Amino acid sequence: MIALLRREWLLAARHPGDTLASMLFFLLVTALFPFGVGPAPDMLARLAPGALLAAALLAALLPLDRLFAAEAEDGSLDQLLLSGLSGTQIAAVKALAHWLTTGGPLLLASPIACAMLNLPVPAWGVAALALGLATLFLSLLGTAGAALTLGARRGGVLLPLLVLPLAIPAMIFGAAGIEAAASGAAWQPFLLLLGALAAAALPLAPFAAGAALRAE
Amino acid sequence: MLEAIGLAAVRGEQVVFADLSFNLASGEALLLTGANGSGKSTLLRLLAGLVPAAEGALLWHGGDALSDVPTHAARLRYLGHLDALKPGLTLDENLTLWARLWGGRVAPALEAVGLEGLGHLPARMLSAGQKRRAALARLALAPVPLWLLDEPSVGLDTGSIGLFGAMLATHRAAGGAVVAATHVDLPLPGARIFHLGQPA
Repeated sequence: MIALLRREWLLAARHPGDTLASMLFFLLVTALFPFGVGPAPDMLARLAPGALLAAALLAALLPLDRLFAAEAEDGSLDQLLLSGLSGTQIAAVKALAHWLTTGGPLLLASPIACAMLNLPVPAWGVAALALGLATLFLSLLGTAGAALTLGARRGGVLLPLLVLPLAIPAMIFGAAGIEAAASGAAWQPFLLLLGALAAAALPLAPFAAGAALRAE
Repeated sequence: MLEAIGLAAVRGEQVVFADLSFNLASGEALLLTGANGSGKSTLLRLLAGLVPAAEGALLWHGGDALSDVPTHAARLRYLGHLDALKPGLTLDENLTLWARLWGGRVAPALEAVGLEGLGHLPARMLSAGQKRRAALARLALAPVPLWLLDEPSVGLDTGSIGLFGAMLATHRAAGGAVVAATHVDLPLPGARIFHLGQPA
């Protein structure tokens, strides 16, 4: 599994465009809000938690449709399924690699996005934590979605339709946590619930994805 | 070693083949022949455990081979139509993944297919024949009892076919078995021919 993770890391390092694209997409979407709703600071700060979460989830979704499709197209998927790793292990590595190469860079970009949306500075740390957990949840769900839609025509369109509704809980708890931190209330309960979601998806999503890969 | 009893495969609503039975002992080679679409690739994928059998059983030393797919996968190497190389990674990096998973060393494997000295090149710089040889190098990494080869010699020049023949001979001399689908002659002396016809 470590060997596969190293290879995924190497691939991401060789093709930094995918990671950069997600990061820039995230920043551009958050930059659109001040233009759309006007630069009134209060209004922006009200919108910030939801806008951050929505932009991050959409950005993390971008590279998902290539997650298994690229492997299937060049025959690597067959070899991986015969590598002695179980489907669950392959999916777990893929989800982790997706999180590290997409979710991680989004965290790096999050202070810029927070500043653009006029989120109070004390809430920035909580925002980064909420984004980290929410993108982990999406990486896991998305891996299962990518495995299920593999081989479907227009899988790239089907995937967000399948995954985004399931990401609604992460959106609710993440945004509520950031908002609580911004207004000085207790944010921990919301992020604990978000963490619980990610923890539940941690074993279930790779298992589902592994079963889908085998059935493919 | 490997025994197929009444295997059948279905793709979509279509029966690809039905009631296939054969036996493969260690050191033996089986050549799959037949027209395009007769199910050679499907049979190889079925033997690898990549597609389920619609009917029949596949036995490995008398026990059900496909009851535990990862265990079965560890007994075999499958070479498909596609070379499974990542164009952005070098040849060394491409093979290192498999060397870490299966054991074996990259340099001797590249030497076995005549690609020594090219390990630092990105896979996208290689010619089609060189990519095929890189895919064959995966076979040379670590010994396993069964090789499943889908048109292994496509794009190979005469010299490479000679090297490939030597690899096959070493594998069979060590007790390994080979099932290969092909339209051309392969360097497999004494191979049995198994013809796949159109299903009735």
